[in-house]
Amino acid sequence: MHSTALHDWHVAHGAKMAPFAGYDMPISYPTGAVEEHLICRRSVGLFDIDHMGQLVVSGPGADEFVSATVSAKVLDMKDWDARYSLLLDEKGLVLDDLFIYRLPGRWWIVINAGNRAVDVAWFNARAEAFPKSVFVEDRSDATYMIAVQGPRAIELMDLVSDRKVSELPRFTAGDLKIGGIPVLFGRTGYTGEDGGELFFPAAQAERLWSLLIERGGASGIETKPIGLAARDSLRFEAGMPLHGHEISASINPIEAGFKWACGLDKDFVGKAAVEAVIASGPARKLVGLEVEGGVPREGYEVADAAGMVVGKVVAGMFCPTVKKYAANAFVKPELAKAGTALKVLIRGAAKDALVVKRPLYVPAYRR
Amino acid sequence: MKIDTNARYQASHEYARKEAAASGGFEIVVGISDHAQESLGDIVFVELPAAGKVLKKGEAFGVVESVKAASDLYAPVSGKVVAANEALSGDPSLVNKDCYGSGWMIRVAPTDPAEWNALLDAAAYEKEAGKE
Repeated sequence: MHSTALHDWHVAHGAKMAPFAGYDMPISYPTGAVEEHLICRRSVGLFDIDHMGQLVVSGPGADEFVSATVSAKVLDMKDWDARYSLLLDEKGLVLDDLFIYRLPGRWWIVINAGNRAVDVAWFNARAEAFPKSVFVEDRSDATYMIAVQGPRAIELMDLVSDRKVSELPRFTAGDLKIGGIPVLFGRTGYTGEDGGELFFPAAQAERLWSLLIERGGASGIETKPIGLAARDSLRFEAGMPLHGHEISASINPIEAGFKWACGLDKDFVGKAAVEAVIASGPARKLVGLEVEGGVPREGYEVADAAGMVVGKVVAGMFCPTVKKYAANAFVKPELAKAGTALKVLIRGAAKDALVVKRPLYVPAYRR
Repeated sequence: MKIDTNARYQASHEYARKEAAASGGFEIVVGISDHAQESLGDIVFVELPAAGKVLKKGEAFGVVESVKAASDLYAPVSGKVVAANEALSGDPSLVNKDCYGSGWMIRVAPTDPAEWNALLDAAAYEKEAGKE
């Protein structure tokens, strides 16, 4: 089991720890997962996400290589732009989802911890076979990653940083320093709130983390550590996917509603398969369900009004901001329309479930 | 961990507290211990039986759902459910805030008083829970 450089800090602050993607991670702090979720929606949450991996792609063929390897259009990106993408196999199935930064002379690609081995092998094998010279480097161990998220996150960043982070548009990145520590800051996130993700040398983890909490507190900006349980409910409410749930190596992007992340006017691995699904129509679709009478959890069956099983919940939970029990599930396309009445089987009992528009919580930056 | 010294407990972390019944005699108030709510974390849903339901000691009578998991609740005594705490459907976090008070779950009219006597007393439960 791996642990992050902040592991002892989490334990000393009373976190409940549990394994996630091979790392012993904080699930919640004594604040409690529900309150942590609400703090991130009203002020600032700090997330230790060092389990996330980072790849650097460089070399004379790097631009063409990245474009050919990932689903999203990337060649129109300017230096310091950031963009969401999928990584597909030839069958058009989702190996991982990525955050891609175009930096001067190189591409900085953020990958999921649980898929790190698969992704690194995939990028390396394709780079070797690529006609032009491409270098792929796994920087995951040397790079620390924390997220600073919430409506006051940018205000806090402006206070601690040597440059005005508030002047960086959303989905761009910049180099800056916090307390002398060099940080690559991406104005992105996984909560539906404004804020950013910080990349910096792993040895500085505890100093930067503590500095953010102290400066936040001293400036009257409520700044609290947030565990993975609230990270999951925040991303779920905001309609963001978690690999292994809404997307996976047995799900194609069209079923999951990710046509927008496929640059169909360029070539990329899996494009033909994706186009075939678009042409024939997906066999199932991802829907959001609001459920009455229990927490709809992963693996629970979804039934139609007549009681026929029509799908399965891939993620479900109590959503603290909207105060609802909700699930994401794959169902036949004809049952995917908002307003369709379905059932979720909770401990053998069919509970009312209504197909609703996703996301349940409209991210602040989209309002 | 907070302990209600007036209550008795079972190893599965439900407490059972004797209280005078309006109709004379006594009833048993059932909930989960402070140790249990603490280790479950934030409670987001509680499913309880309707009044009138007859329970056997050891039988699953309801479910408490935390952020991450659903756990069965086991009847510490046999008897008929006189009331279920309806406030928990609106605010399940009462179990976290005040498990021995406003976070109670059911009131039971017991059929066998000896069952309550056989439960763990506060000191024995504290020792038992401390092992976890």
